Amino acid sequence: MDQDSSGMFKVQQTIGSVVCCKCGVPMPPNAANMCVNCLRSEVDITEGLQKSIQIFYCPECGCYLQPPKTWIKAQWESRDLLSFCIKRLKNLNKVRLKNAEFVWTEPHSKRIKLKLTVQAEVLNGAVLEQSYPVEYTVRDNLCESCSRFQANPDQWVASVQLRQHVSHRRSFFYLEQLILRHDAASRAVRIKQVHQGIDFFFGNKSHADSFVDFLSKVVPIEYRQDKQLVSHDVKSSLYNYKYTYSVKICPICREDLICLPSKVSSSLGNLGPLVVCTKVSDRITLLDPRTLRCAFLDARQYWRSGFQSALTSRQLVKYSVFYVEPPVGEATVGGQKYALSYVLIARESDIGKMLTVQTHLGHILKTGDQALGYDIYGANVNDDEMAEYRLHGRLPEAILIKKCYDKERERKKGKPRAFTTKKLPMEMDESRGGRGVDPGKMENEYEEFLRDLEENPELRFNISLYKNKDYQESDETASMTDGEGAPTVPIEELLAELELSEEGEGDGEDDMDE
Amino acid sequence: MATRLQFENNCEVGVFSKLTNAYCLVAIGGSENFYSAFESELADVIPIVKTSLGGTRIIGRLCAGNKNGLLVPHTTTDQELQHLRNSLPDSVVVQRIEERLSALGNCIACNDHVALAHTDLDKETEEIIADVLGVEVFRQTIAGNILVGSYCALSNRGGIVHPHTSVEDLDELSTLLQVPLVAGTVNRGSEVIAAGMTVNDWTAFCGSDTTATELSVIDSIFKLREAQPSSIVDEMRKSLIDTYV
Repeated sequence: MDQDSSGMFKVQQTIGSVVCCKCGVPMPPNAANMCVNCLRSEVDITEGLQKSIQIFYCPECGCYLQPPKTWIKAQWESRDLLSFCIKRLKNLNKVRLKNAEFVWTEPHSKRIKLKLTVQAEVLNGAVLEQSYPVEYTVRDNLCESCSRFQANPDQWVASVQLRQHVSHRRSFFYLEQLILRHDAASRAVRIKQVHQGIDFFFGNKSHADSFVDFLSKVVPIEYRQDKQLVSHDVKSSLYNYKYTYSVKICPICREDLICLPSKVSSSLGNLGPLVVCTKVSDRITLLDPRTLRCAFLDARQYWRSGFQSALTSRQLVKYSVFYVEPPVGEATVGGQKYALSYVLIARESDIGKMLTVQTHLGHILKTGDQALGYDIYGANVNDDEMAEYRLHGRLPEAILIKKCYDKERERKKGKPRAFTTKKLPMEMDESRGGRGVDPGKMENEYEEFLRDLEENPELRFNISLYKNKDYQESDETASMTDGEGAPTVPIEELLAELELSEEGEGDGEDDMDE
Repeated sequence: MATRLQFENNCEVGVFSKLTNAYCLVAIGGSENFYSAFESELADVIPIVKTSLGGTRIIGRLCAGNKNGLLVPHTTTDQELQHLRNSLPDSVVVQRIEERLSALGNCIACNDHVALAHTDLDKETEEIIADVLGVEVFRQTIAGNILVGSYCALSNRGGIVHPHTSVEDLDELSTLLQVPLVAGTVNRGSEVIAAGMTVNDWTAFCGSDTTATELSVIDSIFKLREAQPSSIVDEMRKSLIDTYV
């Protein structure tokens, strides 16, 4: 005799049992008044549902076909494969799907078995649940892109021919790292290294378009686009083309000395005829070392005048610094600090001859340092304007560009660096015998490029550097503590490489970049 | 012994017929099969009357009766009433009642001694029932359903109720009715017992969908296996002989 909330008493109701109307076994009453077995034997809710079906699989790329044209990538017995298999079944919306799971099949059997549990309403409102197996026959069928690739692996639709007409490949090393960081060439079918440039081949015009877009954002370029007719379907007026982008990178590089033509100089507000290029991104940054003024030229502005550099980093010579006067002016230009001061220097090869020059590196040079700079007095430059300036004595005798760390590097000679870099999968150009790329020269240039990276933190900004596994930290701590050590990349900037070992453990990417 | 039959391919025989210990009413069907099925069982024992009520064939659900009387709804026409009075034995009182709930077969479940009534039945109707049928009336529900006449099939020997009736309810009803009751189904799991079958003290008729299990339950609860019509008719013969004279 329980009392419920309203105060009325309700007699407790016990459910009695009735006999199943078919088999006579006692059971609690339900909507159909039949025991579960009789109900199951009576009604088959899986009637009309597909129990076996054929699916197509591409063995090259591991994708399954969803007709008419989509190929879906899925691993064996993964969740993606499960949802794909269920989607392929027709009529499954007539019943409610409760559970689906894979039944083990031999991987070579080309069969996928699924066990589905469905619920449906039968008779007078009784809900019946039933499990049944579905078998999928897997047939091998190369997907379109794989079959095209099999037929002709060199097939490309668009190519980007990237060139820079300078004698070194520094820009390409830097670009390579940038491309790796931003994954811009992930869709390239082939990458080929040629004299003074790199060729990228793509399977799709839009991929090439987006790659050229990316390039225009990171370096100043000029390009033209051409197309060549490959085939032509008369009936449906479909034309197949091969597209080629000829991309030229601006030949002005970092640390180049430039003598500006008078027109350009006056348009930039009378920037001294001699300028140093300090940074190349999508714009060129020109610094006048005598006035510490900067100018920025973007690609279009540059190509209006198209001037060449007078002296490039090949022609840098070593100077010893004997005395640095306190700076007369300081400026922060484009995030970089510069200090203008007079220094007493002499060329290493000609110690007797002392020069007093103005330099913008007053903030980092000290007595006894070594510096790299351009010997304008002794240089042989193929530039009429510069020759005229020299005639009138309006040019300094030397311009210092950067501090030299060779002495400090002596200590670390032979020891591996703290970081390594990744490379793009490039093919070498073997076709041009004598004019091909010289591997020894390439190594030297790459070494210089790595040194550049160590010295300039702003260069490292957009690049991923990875921890070198062979490197031991203990060697470095000694030189890290004293301020005189050669510049190195601090450990915090390095990324750990992602390793997928057999045990399935990965080194996480600790991205502690600035 | 329970028999399986159909009325015009429909298994709900309790809708189209009314069986009591003194008479049997059947609906007028297209073919004579239904009528002849009853005739073959009951021909010499009790009169079988073909009728309609209010022009409809669902006579089993519209009227309620036992050996003492028959109650018909207000929709019954005068001709039908006269026909019934003429055909049924004189001991059976035929009464037409004015009641809002006109499907008396759905509202009243009765045997010769006791009746269960719909809870919303009028007071006068209840008195008329007690008077005409000579029974004690109880207002009840079966498994929470107020249509007691539909969900319960009753005879003097036993009864079947809606399968979802709880054990306590079953005990209570059994005490009221003084007969053994069982919760069961008819016509392959149908819960509307009285529509699916019709029963008296020695025979029962069920829809042809009734399974063997259900049939055995019916046989056992109504004690149809031992029952012979002769024993009951012997009792009646005494009164019959009286009328001949």
